[in-house]
Amino acid sequence: MKLELRGITKKFGAFTANDSIDLTVESGQVHSLLGENGAGKSTLMNVLFGLYEPTAGEILVDGRPVRFSGPGEAMRAGIGMVHQHFMLIPVFTVAENVALGDEHTRAAGILDLESTRRKIREISDEYGFHVDPDALVEDLPVGVQQRVEIIKALVREARVLILDEPTAVLTPQETDELLDIIRRLRDNGTAVVFISHKLREVKAISTVISVLRRGRMVGTADPDADQSELAALMVGRAVGLNTTKSAPQLGEETFSVSDLTVLSPEGVRLVDRVSFGIRQGEILAVAGVQGNGQTELTEAIMGLQKAQGSIRLDGEEILGRTTRQVIRAGVGYVPEDRSTDGLVGSFSVAENLVLNRFDRAPVGNRFQLSPAAIRSLAEQRVTEFDVRTQGVDLPVGTLSGGNQQKVVMARELVDDLKLFIASQPTRGVDVGSIEFLHDRIIRERDSGTPVMIVSTELDEVLDLADRIAVMYHGRIIGIVPGDTSRDDLGLMMAGITPGTEPDTTPDTTPKGATA
Amino acid sequence: MSAVTSESTPASTPGPQGGGAGGSGRKGGAPNGFSFRDVLSGNGTVTVLAILLSLVISAVLIILTDEDVLEAAGYFFSRPMDTLAAAWSAVAAAYAALFRGAIFNYRGDTFSEGIYPLMESLTVATPLIIISLGIAISFRSGLFNIGGQGQMIFGAMFATWFGVHLQLPAGLHLLLVLIMGILGGALWGAVVGFLKALTGAHEVILTIMLNYVAIHLVTYFLYTPVLQREGSTNPVSDFLPSTAVFPLLFGDSFRLNWGFVVALVATVFAWWLMKRSSVGFQLRAVGANPDAARTAGVSVKRMYVVAMAISGGLAGLAGMSQVSGTEKMLNTDVAGSFGFDAITVALLGRSSPWGVFAAGLLFGALRAGGVTMQTETGVPIDIVLIIQSLIVLFIAAPPLVRMIFRLPAPGSLQARATADPVTQPTLAGAVAATTASADGHVAPADSATIGDADSSTTTPAEGDQR
Repeated sequence: MKLELRGITKKFGAFTANDSIDLTVESGQVHSLLGENGAGKSTLMNVLFGLYEPTAGEILVDGRPVRFSGPGEAMRAGIGMVHQHFMLIPVFTVAENVALGDEHTRAAGILDLESTRRKIREISDEYGFHVDPDALVEDLPVGVQQRVEIIKALVREARVLILDEPTAVLTPQETDELLDIIRRLRDNGTAVVFISHKLREVKAISTVISVLRRGRMVGTADPDADQSELAALMVGRAVGLNTTKSAPQLGEETFSVSDLTVLSPEGVRLVDRVSFGIRQGEILAVAGVQGNGQTELTEAIMGLQKAQGSIRLDGEEILGRTTRQVIRAGVGYVPEDRSTDGLVGSFSVAENLVLNRFDRAPVGNRFQLSPAAIRSLAEQRVTEFDVRTQGVDLPVGTLSGGNQQKVVMARELVDDLKLFIASQPTRGVDVGSIEFLHDRIIRERDSGTPVMIVSTELDEVLDLADRIAVMYHGRIIGIVPGDTSRDDLGLMMAGITPGTEPDTTPDTTPKGATA
Repeated sequence: MSAVTSESTPASTPGPQGGGAGGSGRKGGAPNGFSFRDVLSGNGTVTVLAILLSLVISAVLIILTDEDVLEAAGYFFSRPMDTLAAAWSAVAAAYAALFRGAIFNYRGDTFSEGIYPLMESLTVATPLIIISLGIAISFRSGLFNIGGQGQMIFGAMFATWFGVHLQLPAGLHLLLVLIMGILGGALWGAVVGFLKALTGAHEVILTIMLNYVAIHLVTYFLYTPVLQREGSTNPVSDFLPSTAVFPLLFGDSFRLNWGFVVALVATVFAWWLMKRSSVGFQLRAVGANPDAARTAGVSVKRMYVVAMAISGGLAGLAGMSQVSGTEKMLNTDVAGSFGFDAITVALLGRSSPWGVFAAGLLFGALRAGGVTMQTETGVPIDIVLIIQSLIVLFIAAPPLVRMIFRLPAPGSLQARATADPVTQPTLAGAVAATTASADGHVAPADSATIGDADSSTTTPAEGDQR
């Protein structure tokens, strides 16, 4: 099967999201679409999937022009799509989700789930998915949910599979597994369209790479092209891929966590007797596969989660304080999910910039806000952090992911921080913004603030960290220097500590309570 | 409804299965993304058109039920003009009477007879505006307060007790009664907030149940010496002394009293609260995204209590304004259908204080005018209810109005041009959320507005419209 897009143009009012784009996808190929957030990748795929009608241009399947008036028709033509945000019903089983929209019925309208189950098992065995058709989707890890989405497409006999930012939600291990699955699909003759802005993955998997920038196709590249070359093509200028930072100027250890334990409602230790300290002017990166207690650890520090143990900042115990008190003590916190925990989407950029500071001078007091002060502060922060917005009064939800993240960072990176914590500071952020955000984090460190970064991205951890703490099953299984090799870290993230005992490493012993 | 989730499922963006958007929210999500928000954020054009449209449809109903029209329709094919003329005169007479009863009686002999209907409309609108402000504040805080009725009863009960049983100087007594009215409603509302914060119980269920409790409590008290008029066997209270009653605003010719001024002050207060105050900022943040509010250090639970107390307090003030205004005593029907009409008014006013004020005036005028319409033309007052219901129905379904008047989808030009193309709030998302709310589900409406730039936040319905 051969799928061609010819001269696709999609306009939203005066905005051109896609500008006469040509694209050809063939069986047995992995065609990557590379581009920054907002470059028009998703729009293009939504046109292809029948969600948008193109303003101009045509789609050809095996040389015949087709028009899709909806995803149903696209699916019947053999096009399947796995969205960045999954389209699954959490309380349905895998089989029910797969059957939805394509139900087989027996006599008297009885739902025939058995045939769906059988198909799921077949596909699961063929590609090594390990998916139980009777499992509830909400109980499955994100990576497995994604496989369910792929199964959904395969059950409908998709010959072209579009994967929209499939690795944005995956751990390094899950990403590797997904790439294996894509290779197997490719070998079986499926045409795969892989949308991403992660250069490493795109290079690892692609047959052809097409680069989109501001709605235009700016070029194609071979998978063996240089990373910085690809990045430059994508952003339109040279980008520094590796953050440069000087050696840390270490000060006092003003932040320490000792014997911190967080229990789940069922009594499982989500964070298990964790101890570490961070010195002024130092970045400690907490690495680990998603779901190994990092989220709970940061939430416990922020007073968002009940915990036992001790957390000391500048000699004072902050465990047991409310979130507001922790913030007032001088802690800047970038939560891992900006759209859920970081921002109020319907609030303006300006309101979001004072979300945790609305009742402090100059923007307000206990009783009322000062709109003029909020505005001028917002305009200043927006300029300083290069947030691309048409105005500080626009809802923050209309900004691109990278710009939303800049808003959160701009809010949290205030003067006189005693501690800065950032979870997944660059998740879903384009290459150009990553450089900027990393730079800001390092500047905060250099101003003498202890910095804690939680990230599942090894690249990010290696770029930023002065020391790396690896979490596994709720415990810190080792704290290692920032120049530890990728392989060693990978092993530790899988729970194996090379040559050392868990919890201790020769050069950095976690500090206990420093009274 | 715990806001603590160990994992966040990323399925929070409406996509190809647009209709399912309402239900595909994050699990365990607190009642964020109140589905009403989509309705609340519509534009003024739709409101005006909705009012027009409902007047037109009601005109059709008037025609279809008018006896003269039906008679003329019997010989429609011989003299079709007769039917049309009868239809025109039926509608014209009814709406003219509605106008005369609601705004200005141009048949009146004196000026004061002329503006009597307007004064009457303002009088009727007074308690409606006050209670609707309370409901609107709860909406903005992400809470669906259906308990306006119960809170109003409590306010009226407190006001009556302090009005009847105390003897104080004129100004002081009224002030005390007013404060007690607010306090009564605020207490009854705060109970809901406490229970929700403490146990996670849903406020819709709590408020409905507490309405029953309030109704039966007031009935009980009105049958016992606590509130019952001495010597009466009926469930009515004593009349309030003149010290506890709102003075008339423009003399004896009109019923309009200082309660209307209180309604104005309440509107200004609500505007200040939601737009300028620190508490209001937190309430709005909790209403729009409780997770982000909590992360920013706002005590979401405390805000639930505060929101319900303020909402209930305004409902209580409405109850007091009934007792101290037009009724001057308490009976079991003091709250009438105010609690539910207030939801409608809050929706019509899109939960903005001045919008609610205007919507309250409109509904007050329709009610006052409906009486005149019924007595003068025989068109039943129920038509007014139908007009009210249709207005809200059209406002709840903006796409319907846009379709009828062939309006472009909101922000299709300027908003899209100013921002990234794929991050706009989606129409279908809003519709899905609105329909979901009808079942009492809380839909994650924020998912329709928030999304990473590259996520597919547009739904087929929207694509189809182009």
